[in-house]
Amino acid sequence: MVATGTRKGNPDSHRCDATTRAGAPCRNWAVQGGRCRLHARRDRDEDGGSGERPNTGGPERPQPGQSAVSQPGPGRPGQERSGTERAAPTLTTFTAGATGRRAQHGDSGGNGSGAVDQSHLAAFDRSFGKAGVRGDGGTDDDPRPPGVMDALGDVLGDDLAGHLDGIRAFLRRRLSGDYEVDEFGLDPDLVRNVMLPLMAPLYDTWWRVVSEGRDNVPMESGGLLVSNHAGTLPFDGLMLAYDVHEATGRFLRELGANLVFTTPFVGHLARKSGSVRASREDADAVLSRGELAGVFPEGFKGLGKPFSQRYHLERFGRGGFVATALRARVPIVPVAIVGSEEIYPMLFDARTIARALGLPYFPIVAQMLALPLLGPLSLLPLPTKWSITYGKPIETAHLPEGAAEDPMVVFALADRVRDTIQDMLTRQVMGRRSVFF
Amino acid sequence: MVARFARRMAARDDVSLVVGVDTKAPARLSGMQFLRADLDNPLVGTTLVDERIDTLVHAGVVAQPRVVGGRGHLKEHNVIGSMHLLAAVQHAPALRTLVLKSSTAVYGSSARDPALFTEDHGLDRRSSGFSRDMVDVEGYAVGAARRRSDLDVTVLRFANFIGGVDDAALAGFFQLPVMPSVLGWDPRLQFCHAEDAIAVLTRAVTRPVAGTFNVAGPGVLYLSQAIRRAGRGHMTVPDPLVNGAGRLLLRTGRVDAPVDQVPFLRFGRVVDVSRLVEVFGHAPRWSTPEAFAAFLEGRVRQGPTGTNVAALGSRVLQWLRRPAA
Repeated sequence: MVATGTRKGNPDSHRCDATTRAGAPCRNWAVQGGRCRLHARRDRDEDGGSGERPNTGGPERPQPGQSAVSQPGPGRPGQERSGTERAAPTLTTFTAGATGRRAQHGDSGGNGSGAVDQSHLAAFDRSFGKAGVRGDGGTDDDPRPPGVMDALGDVLGDDLAGHLDGIRAFLRRRLSGDYEVDEFGLDPDLVRNVMLPLMAPLYDTWWRVVSEGRDNVPMESGGLLVSNHAGTLPFDGLMLAYDVHEATGRFLRELGANLVFTTPFVGHLARKSGSVRASREDADAVLSRGELAGVFPEGFKGLGKPFSQRYHLERFGRGGFVATALRARVPIVPVAIVGSEEIYPMLFDARTIARALGLPYFPIVAQMLALPLLGPLSLLPLPTKWSITYGKPIETAHLPEGAAEDPMVVFALADRVRDTIQDMLTRQVMGRRSVFF
Repeated sequence: MVARFARRMAARDDVSLVVGVDTKAPARLSGMQFLRADLDNPLVGTTLVDERIDTLVHAGVVAQPRVVGGRGHLKEHNVIGSMHLLAAVQHAPALRTLVLKSSTAVYGSSARDPALFTEDHGLDRRSSGFSRDMVDVEGYAVGAARRRSDLDVTVLRFANFIGGVDDAALAGFFQLPVMPSVLGWDPRLQFCHAEDAIAVLTRAVTRPVAGTFNVAGPGVLYLSQAIRRAGRGHMTVPDPLVNGAGRLLLRTGRVDAPVDQVPFLRFGRVVDVSRLVEVFGHAPRWSTPEAFAAFLEGRVRQGPTGTNVAALGSRVLQWLRRPAA
């Protein structure tokens, strides 16, 4: 057992503080609070950071008499995490005035084994048992069996009527055209009520995105978010836009390739979510209006990267994004998205088919090997664990007036941004627990 | 609309003479003089000189083929006529101001358009048809300005007119019982209310500012949104059939627009009017949604609209719920 004290002043201080189960110091890179994700500090069982093993004994280990449901071990993946992850929904959170899972387990942690079982089952009965109503005190004086409306109420929560009214109002607004769009074509009503809720399950459950450094995203003024691009299909663009909206309530104007806007269906949907063409004029127009713009300088080369090249940044084009930020004098926020590389691991690029279809690449991805077994299901993206990290903004307002036309300044700044993002990526990848968790 | 503008000009005190030139006389003259001639008639040039005209407003370029007697005559009317007129400008020594009513069609419509066209954006010289004609006419106007340094030329690029006019191409489109759109595309549309157009023309004459200006209501409507606000039927036409369907529609005569404007239904066109507001000094009174609403109030109602159907539905429900007698 090695205490933390011996690790201070160590040149390897970017490595995780903790020790593994075998007693050796953990060699993962530290990504947060001096710990890697495997040993990340958890709110519930803070032990002061001394050489804590993930499965120490004591009160946390489930007692033989207790039911397994009431007491998750601290080593279970996906449990309480520091950072901005939301707790996974449980049965109890669906009911009104839900007792949080933490409080419940806090309770059971303190009581003896007999009391623990009953309190948990009582809560279960209240919400789903004989009463059949939405867990609000659970009296037994309403003996009728739960009906469809009660079940709907349980799923949707207290405000079922309000919810249905909201849907009705939304449909009425959309069918009568009674909504506003901005001059670039952004449709906030559609984004908030349709697109973001559709992306929420992907964000929360499929890819379980963890977001760090949200303070670095400008809240009021313009900014240029520069990110790595990967994954064959641009899901990282969607997740980044979702995350920015979660963090700031603002809509990210992503700069999309020409291909997006020349494709039917995708083109107008992209515009309605706020995207504009990745051209000098449009980027200038967006930034000069104080909006947040998002750019993926790797472009199709980044998307169509072979799996062996994952997390190695491609060349950042000609640095046009830097010139755009310089002209508009807005800060550049580097963003590293980890997890997007492995959703569609590209084994092979069928270039002849791509040329024939006019596409930039035609990927043969690992999931396709399961096509004969799973059919179309095999084309789903893999449920890797994502993290989006925002780095410190690089200011441009202090640079002289003509800096955007000075190639030296532009190249230097582009290299700096690229190095920053590569560094953030490496750090996050080395510190992560695994690809899927 | 131009006739209305001319009448209002004639009614002003600071305008001594208004001469309208056209092949067809307007319904009411009320104070203005009228010269019935083609633009290539030398009489136009002599009128310019004899009456010592100091302001020429060339608003005779039209987008509707039927107004000039068919598609074949559209180019001749627009381009050749303008050429002659602007050549006559050379020899009118008293002329100080030239105002050209142009169109945002000069920017063209394609998938690679910028989100907002500014006046400095290159014009669409590749296409043929109405857009190209307008580009040529603007070229002649610029040429006239180059040859006469004492002449102030104001080029006003107007977006599609709606509201306050009944003869505009898009107005005809939105009066159809079933409006077509292209499957998979939803263009952004921008309109200019006719009264705003007249106000801008008036200001260009009374307080001229040289230069090129986009004129449109700020704000944007998607085509799907406009069709829903119009409350009528909506038909989506698959991509390969669009050109044929467009030509068929134009042939029926209910929509009077040049054939080359069909890509407009796919991509739309939005212009930036900040130069109009800041440099020219006129802030449009109607935004695009407001102009469209004004048009909807004024149009002749044919066929069921969403509100009618809803009203009918609630009447039927009421009747069904009536107490059993």
